[in-house]
Amino acid sequence: MSTSTDGAPPVPRHMQRDRFAPVPETQAARDEAGLIAIRTGFGTPARLVTRYADVREVLGDAERFTNTGLPRLPMPEDGIDPRAGNLLATDPPEHTRLRRLLTGEFTVKRIRRLEPRIVEIVDDHLDAMAAAGPPADLVSVFALPVPSLVICELLGVPYDDRAEFQGRAARQVDLSLPLEERGRVAAESRTYMGELVDRARTEPGDDMLGMLVREHGDDLARSELIGIASLLLIAGHETTANMLGLGTLALLRAPEQLALVRDEPGAVAPAIEELLRFLSVVHSGIPRTVRHDTTVGDVPVAAGEVLVLSLPAANRDPAAVEHPDDLDVTRTIAPHVAFGHGVHHCLGAPLARAEMAVAFPALFRRFPTLAPGIPFEEIEFRSATIVHGLRALPVTW
Amino acid sequence: MHIQADREACIGAGNCVLAAEDVFDQDDDAVVLVLEEEPSADQVGEVRNAVAQCPSGALKLVDD
Ligand code: HEM
Ligand code: HEM
Ligand code: SF4
Repeated sequence: MSTSTDGAPPVPRHMQRDRFAPVPETQAARDEAGLIAIRTGFGTPARLVTRYADVREVLGDAERFTNTGLPRLPMPEDGIDPRAGNLLATDPPEHTRLRRLLTGEFTVKRIRRLEPRIVEIVDDHLDAMAAAGPPADLVSVFALPVPSLVICELLGVPYDDRAEFQGRAARQVDLSLPLEERGRVAAESRTYMGELVDRARTEPGDDMLGMLVREHGDDLARSELIGIASLLLIAGHETTANMLGLGTLALLRAPEQLALVRDEPGAVAPAIEELLRFLSVVHSGIPRTVRHDTTVGDVPVAAGEVLVLSLPAANRDPAAVEHPDDLDVTRTIAPHVAFGHGVHHCLGAPLARAEMAVAFPALFRRFPTLAPGIPFEEIEFRSATIVHGLRALPVTW
Repeated sequence: MHIQADREACIGAGNCVLAAEDVFDQDDDAVVLVLEEEPSADQVGEVRNAVAQCPSGALKLVDD
């Protein structure tokens, strides 16, 4: 394990990567009996679940495994419950109540209606990239701004504030920072969201914040609105952005697969599922706490134990998918857990899929000669973040 | 063969709609709607994918 900044716990095992793959020790854990001992991002003890069937079992059973009961970041006292409205930190029935308020905004049909706007946003960014380059840093000119702008418009967050909240979001998910600093940043972003929520409450717009205020203003506390909006803002851009960056790199290294995504409309949807599986950008589900003594597979686990779910290891389990370490966009869709599983399965999945389905083919069609600008060995993967990704992706064409 | 959908268990993730668009839809609250309770032979493959990909275990394909 490596330590980075002083005051930060060491990078937890389940967030260590060997480029696209989980580190070999994590891959090997699938074949070991039992569940191996690791430490969470807080330095507290936990056990790591790596087999596909076991990960699905834990994520699929909110009765035996709870999302509450994890240590908290040290939070400055600002009177706002940091967990309010955070779906990921609740169990049913509380979770069900919050989730039902939001799901209507994320149906496959609703997201399809956003598609023309996603196409425009993608094209605008490709135009700007073509005008300014080559070369370009694909992460900062395309992969990050596209999902950011989409989620900002959807939520009703002023895009001009992006430098501020992107910086905060990046620090909030960066486990190499001291816990105090992450806590301070989290409080700052709540203050910012609080202002947006208050504005939406006086003048609700057509966006999702406005909708939540208009339709559910009586059912949702101010702190819950803040929590929901912050979760959507973070979840809505860090994740998809890193899929676009890493996915582009993975496809550039497999040119015949890239050509399929570029030229065959029917190949796009299965390719995206394969990229989700292969890259598994979210290293782990929120750690689950065992509610009462039980088993995972046939391994006994005790009440109060914390289980960390390795989504990348599960998605590369040979028991679930053949040749799991190969990227193969032509495989018949293998079910994967890149969006999680069970009641907390990613709310934004239809949106993320739609963004990727527009962005990848458009990028490769616009720049048919797109190529990495530096040798693969020099490309910097970020480590120690809750979402895996690239620091930058220099490209040329 | 027919499909059973548990609308209480459904979490509205829409995986089923993406897997088998002519068989599943979602209502305005994102809860699953079954368009074809008895899928045709050529839909069964898609429906099996949908059942496998449903994160909430809300879907079942039952032999008659
Ligand atoms: C506003 C949005 C978010 C905030 C403020 C936030 C904050 C936090 C905090 C404070 C923790 C520490 C554990 C805890 O207190 O529960 C944490 C852990 C975690 N978060 Fe988030 N989070 C956000 C969004 C997300 C999203 C969208 C995902 C996944 C898609 C995610 C995945 C995780 C994971 C996997 C951990 C566990 C890290 C570990 O294994 O140690 N978070 N987050
Ligand atoms: C490719 C991009 C994405 C990936 C890989 C991803 C992954 C995940 C995963 C693994 C979880 C479950 C975490 C757990 O069970 O502990 C999750 C939950 C969630 N995601 Fe995503 N996500 C993506 C994009 C998005 C987008 C675009 C949004 C919002 C617009 C979003 C919103 C959420 C929310 C709100 C939750 C919590 C759901 C709940 O607790 O019920 N995600 N995501
Ligand atoms: S996949 Fe399952 S949870 Fe998602 S909408 Fe369909 S039935 Fe509901």
